Amino acid sequence: MSFWQYSSPQYFYPLAKKMAIVFFVLAAILTVWGLYIGFFVAPTDFQQGESYRIIFIHVPAAWMSMLIYLVMSFWAAVGLIMNTRLSSMLAQALAPTGALMTFIALWTGAFWGRPTWGAWWVWDARLTSELILLFLYIGYMALRASIEDPRRADRASAILALVGVVNVPIIYFSVKWWNTLHQGASVSFTKSSSMATSMLTGMLVMALAFWMYSIAVSLVRVRRIIRDREANAGWLTESSGVR
Amino acid sequence: MKPRYKRFILVVVALALLTLGAMFVLKAFRSNLVFFYTPTEVLAGQVPQGQAFRIGGMVLEGSVGREEDGLTVRFEVTDTLESVPVQYTGILPDLFQEGKGVVAQGRMNAQAIFIADQVLAKHDENYMPPEAAEALERARQIKMDNQ
Repeated sequence: MSFWQYSSPQYFYPLAKKMAIVFFVLAAILTVWGLYIGFFVAPTDFQQGESYRIIFIHVPAAWMSMLIYLVMSFWAAVGLIMNTRLSSMLAQALAPTGALMTFIALWTGAFWGRPTWGAWWVWDARLTSELILLFLYIGYMALRASIEDPRRADRASAILALVGVVNVPIIYFSVKWWNTLHQGASVSFTKSSSMATSMLTGMLVMALAFWMYSIAVSLVRVRRIIRDREANAGWLTESSGVR
Repeated sequence: MKPRYKRFILVVVALALLTLGAMFVLKAFRSNLVFFYTPTEVLAGQVPQGQAFRIGGMVLEGSVGREEDGLTVRFEVTDTLESVPVQYTGILPDLFQEGKGVVAQGRMNAQAIFIADQVLAKHDENYMPPEAAEALERARQIKMDNQ
């Protein structure tokens, strides 16, 4: 048994099922824990009162939206370069979750913006580039859906995903590079966090929960994609008993 | 060379060119990407003339005053170097406070007063319980008294 054999859909298919269960359980535990900290342990904010509590959803969703795009483009690139089927399937499986996370980030951001800034939406660099990310995800999925042959769809959508990858650093650094209404990062790699400890803990636990959920749901989706695309392969027919 | 190495190099080169292109585009559109201008930029005339624009900074401490009608507010926006007087008629966001961030949209009138038709509060990236904020404020006061 070598590690690389899992790059074949046939071996990855049963492994994905086991992993999905583990990640779903972890996601559930972490969500309960994170929301408990967010609602009951973390204190009220000195400026924003209770409305700041949306960060426990908003920030993890926004982080995931960018991270999933990077991972999706990575697998799309691997699929394009190495011509491996499973890589492209993984990229395909990640897109809907990424779009969902982007939508959650935008939606909760609007709900946050109204009471704090006084506007649902403004066209500042951070908000606009995140909206472009949503369009990239939707464009990626639409392009895939419009091409009949899955191998051609893999290649075309991989190029779209890679072109869009320049947007991710733009989103991340937008609050640094330009004047924006959106505030700067509270948590970053380069400086210590500017949040009270229990607030930060709650946010990081929720971020982990979002990771686990995204992995689990993508694994379930990749299994469905494998079933669709390998339907005629010998190992997946009724008699093989893989399911 | 194996085809997959060729494809790898192609992808890397394409991404590098794309990044370079994006950098040029962002540089060219720089003025459109800025959400607001600082008072220093406004007074230096680096803003679109005769057009609506946004001005951002801190609300100068002690500058907020209300007109007789109870709705019109006057305050000064500062970036600690320069400040610009702003007049606004309407409801202010809850987070609007002296010494806090603000972004106002509108245009300059002939008397060099910025007539705003929208005022947004810009909060910062600090999150802490009210007690911690009070402690910080007390520490700041003590420091100022000592000077």
